Amino acid sequence: MEIIQIVSLGIVTSLLVLVVKEQRPSFAFFLILLAGIFIFLTVIKHVSEILNLIQYLGARANINGMYIETILQIIGIAYLAEFGAHITRDAGLASVAAKIELAGKVLILVLAVPILTAVIETIIGFIPA
Amino acid sequence: MLGDASVLFQIAGIGIIVAMIHTILKQMGKEEYAQFASLVGFIIVLIFVINGISDLFQEIKSVFLFQG
Repeated sequence: MEIIQIVSLGIVTSLLVLVVKEQRPSFAFFLILLAGIFIFLTVIKHVSEILNLIQYLGARANINGMYIETILQIIGIAYLAEFGAHITRDAGLASVAAKIELAGKVLILVLAVPILTAVIETIIGFIPA
Repeated sequence: MLGDASVLFQIAGIGIIVAMIHTILKQMGKEEYAQFASLVGFIIVLIFVINGISDLFQEIKSVFLFQG
């Protein structure tokens, strides 16, 4: 069972962090970062299966590939921004974490612009001029 | 997953050993060597973590079709 391994990894990491935190806080942060990376890597493998399914369904429903691709990139950016923000918040830098989240939102907006224009144009098309 | 746990233990071990070396060298009076030892330990672990981060970003790039 994957979840048992992940939970035990989390508990082991938290114990190790508590041990190492007094002498060397920097090593504790490395441990937190590595644990986050390992758990993320295992989750990413399962996420890629789900995303392949989404792409397959999109192709079957002959939706324009560009939309699906943009959505996947938006999910990727959200994942990464959230990961970076939480790691920096763990290190104690709440302001930097907020900046990372802001950057993530802005980048997602930038990616969503073509989709928004397409939606608005179709809506305008419905309105009888 | 098992490999990951061993890497975590190695890094924790390095951290504890570096801390011990630091205190021992400090008691012996050699301050600079203590700083060098902890710096070397820090760099070793940094290399470990940077490899992990690059794997993660590579994985994310391949999964989420990042062309840009």
